[in-house]
Amino acid sequence: MGVIGLLIPIALFLGFIGLIAFYWALKSGQFEDPEGAARRILLDDDLDDMGPKE
Amino acid sequence: MGGVSVESGDGAAAFVTKDGEGLSHIDLIVKGIHCPKCISDIEGSLHAKDGVRNARVNFSTSRLHVAWDASRIGSTDIVKTITDLGFGATPIDAAGERTPDQEEARRLLIALAVAGFATANIMLLSISVWAGFEMGEATRSLLHWISGLIALPAVAFSGRPFFFSAWRSLRASRVNMDVPISLAVILACVLSVFEARAGGVHTYFDAAVMLLFFLLIGRYLDLRMRVRARSAANDLMALQKMAAQVIAPDGRTSTVPAAAVHPGDLMLVAQGERVPVDGVVESGRTELDVSLLTGETVPAAAEQGTAVFAGAINLGAPIRVRAEKTRETSLLAEIARLMEIAEQGRARFVRLADKAASVYVPVVHTLAAATFMGWWLLGTGGWIPAATNAIAVLIITCPCALGLAVPVVQVVATGYLFRRGVLTKSSDGLERLAEVDAVVLDKTGTLTRGHPELITRDGVAEDDLALAATLARASRHPLSRALVRAAGDGPAAKDVTETPGFGLAWASPEGEVRLGSRAWCGIEEGAGGTGPELWLRHGDGRTVHFAFEDALRTDAAETVSTLRDMGLTVTLLSGDRPEAVRAAAKAAGIEDFTASCLPTDKIARLEALEKQGRKVLMVGDGLNDAPSLAAAHASISPSSAADISQTAADFVFQGKRLGAVVTALLAARGARRLVLQNFGIAALYNTIAVPLAVAGLVTPLIAAVAMSASSIVVSLNALRLNLMKPGVR
Repeated sequence: MGVIGLLIPIALFLGFIGLIAFYWALKSGQFEDPEGAARRILLDDDLDDMGPKE
Repeated sequence: MGGVSVESGDGAAAFVTKDGEGLSHIDLIVKGIHCPKCISDIEGSLHAKDGVRNARVNFSTSRLHVAWDASRIGSTDIVKTITDLGFGATPIDAAGERTPDQEEARRLLIALAVAGFATANIMLLSISVWAGFEMGEATRSLLHWISGLIALPAVAFSGRPFFFSAWRSLRASRVNMDVPISLAVILACVLSVFEARAGGVHTYFDAAVMLLFFLLIGRYLDLRMRVRARSAANDLMALQKMAAQVIAPDGRTSTVPAAAVHPGDLMLVAQGERVPVDGVVESGRTELDVSLLTGETVPAAAEQGTAVFAGAINLGAPIRVRAEKTRETSLLAEIARLMEIAEQGRARFVRLADKAASVYVPVVHTLAAATFMGWWLLGTGGWIPAATNAIAVLIITCPCALGLAVPVVQVVATGYLFRRGVLTKSSDGLERLAEVDAVVLDKTGTLTRGHPELITRDGVAEDDLALAATLARASRHPLSRALVRAAGDGPAAKDVTETPGFGLAWASPEGEVRLGSRAWCGIEEGAGGTGPELWLRHGDGRTVHFAFEDALRTDAAETVSTLRDMGLTVTLLSGDRPEAVRAAAKAAGIEDFTASCLPTDKIARLEALEKQGRKVLMVGDGLNDAPSLAAAHASISPSSAADISQTAADFVFQGKRLGAVVTALLAARGARRLVLQNFGIAALYNTIAVPLAVAGLVTPLIAAVAMSASSIVVSLNALRLNLMKPGVR
C-alpha cells in the first residue's frame, strides 16, 4: 500500500498543474473572445497575423 | 471638394487616450462583423496603414481596439479605414476597464475550474473506495481524509457564489434556490468530516464538489447569455455619448462630448457625422438620413432654418447647426426614456426556473425535515442516523438537473438561431417569445425591405439606365444606390459634381447630363408619379423618369399566413401615410391595420391588446418603434433597424427574409417544450431517488451516479433542438 503514498501526490500534482495552466490562460485574456477564437482559426493569413506589427 | 476635407470632422478625437509610450488608443464598436473574413479585412487594412501598431477585433463583443503612433496617422483616418470597408464604426469610452459582468464571468470560471479539479481528484479516490477490493480500514480512512482535504478548501472557494446569494436572500427574508444548494453542500461536508473521524464507510465529499461543479456550469452559461444582452444595451449608451464639434465665436472648432453642448452653441456637422443634439440649421445645404428617427428611407433635405434632430446623419456637405436643446432633452433621449419606462413593465416577468424553484424549495425542506423527525422518533439509532438520512435527502434532491435544465436549452437554442441568422439578445427572450399569441408588425423596413427599389425598370431604355448609373455610382444617395443596384456593374463617370438636395451633374461630350430631382432637371410639376423618383436629363434636353418604391419582402405574405396558421393574430401599425399602409397591408394579406401611428399610439395599442390578455410579439425597425419593442411581451427587429431599436429588441434577424420571425418563434416554442421535458426528467429522477433517500438507502455511490446521470440526460435532451427542421412545426 506504500505505493499510494507516491501515486496520490503525483495525481494531485498533475491536476494542480492543469488548474494553474487554466488560471494562467484566464489571466492572460484567452477567454475574452471565445467566438472570435473559433473563427480566427479559419483564417489562412495567420503567419502575418501573429501578434502586433513591428 | 476641398471644403469637406478641411472641415471634415474628427469626432473620434474625444475618445482617444494616450499611454506612457506615446501611443494613442481607441476602442470602437464595429457594426457588421459576422465572419472570419471581416476580422482579417479590418485588422489587415489597419495594419497596412503606416503608424498603426496594433489592431485587434473582439468578435464576441464586436469591439475593436487600435493602438497607433499619432505623429504618423490620425484617428479620422483610422475610423475612415473601417467605414471604407463598409463597416459602421462608433468610438466608445472604454478606457480599458472591465465591466462588472466580465469580472463575474472570470470569477465563475475560476470557481468552475477549482470545482472541476476537486471533483476529478476526489472521484479518483472515491471510486477506489467504492470498489473497495481488500481495502483495509486504515487505507479507507486515509483516502477519506485526503478527499476531505481537497474538498473542504474547494467547497469554501467554489461555493461562494451560492453561499453569498443564499445569505443575501435569507437576509431579505426570502428563500431562493441557492438556500437548499448551500445547505446541502455545507451539511454534506460537515457530515462527512464526522464520518471520516468515526472511521465510517461513507463520506459525501465527492457529491458536494460534483454538485457545485454541475451547478457552476449552469451558472456560467446563464451569465454568458446575460452578458451578451447587456453589452448590446451598453452599445446604445455609447452611441448617445456622441462627440460634437463646437465652433467658438472666434471661429475655432473644438471636439467635445455631446453632453457638453449647451443650447445656443454653434456646431459643425461634417459629412457622415450624426447631429449631436436637436437644433436648427444656421448655414449650409445638405440632405440628412433621418431613418434613425422616422424609419423614412428617403433622405430629408435640410437648409437654413430647418429643424434637425439628434441622431440624423449628414449625407452631403457640412452644415452649421445652432443647438436648441441639450443632449438630455433631445428627442433621442426622450425616446430612450420612453423605452426605459416600457421595459420596467417587462421586469415583472417570472422565469420558468424561478417558478420551479418557488415550488421546489419548500417541498425539499419539508421532506428533509420529515425524514429527520421520522428517523429520530421512530428509529432506534438516535439523532445521528436521522441527520445522515435528512442530509442524504437534501443532497439527492439538489437541483443539479434543475440548474442545468434551462441554461443548457437556452445555449442550444441560441446557437440554433444564430446559425439561421437570428441573434438572441435577451436572456429570457426565448421564454417570453414562446408565450406570444399576437403579432404586431411595422411597415417600413419590417414588412418592406426598408430601401427603395427601381420599379419602372421595364419602361426605361437600357442606354438611359446605363448612363444614369454611371453618374449615380459617384453618389451615396439611397436613390442613386438603388439605381446602381438595378443597373448592375458598370463604369463610373469621372468629375461628377453633386449638389446636395438637388442632384448630380456631369459634363459629357454632348453637353451637361443631370440626374436628380425634378427641379434639378427642369421638369414642371405634375409629370411622373407621387413616390420617390429620380429624373435624368440628357445633354440634348431629353428627360427620363425613374420611379422607386419600397417593395415588400418577398416572403412577407407567406410569413403572415404562416403566423396566422400558428394561431397568432397579425396587426400592422405604421407611422406612414394611410394609402401606403393600406396597399402594403393588402399585399401582405393583413386585415387589421392602422396608419399614421405615433410611437405613443403604438404603445397604447400594445397596452390595449395586453389588457385583453394577449401576449404580443412586436416586429419593428425604426426609432419610432423602439418604445413599443421594449413594451411588447417579446420583440424582434431586422439587422437593418435603427441601433436603438436593435437594442430594445429581444432578437435581431439578418437577411431579407421575414420568415426569420417564424424560425425564432418555432425555436422558442421548441425550447420551452424541452425545458418542460427537462423539468419532467428532473422530477422523475427525484420521485425515484427521494424515497430511497428517505428510507436511508442512498450511498455516496448512488448519489454520484444519480446526479451525473440526470445532468447528462438533461443536456442530451437539450441537444435534440438541433434535430428540429426549420419551418416544420
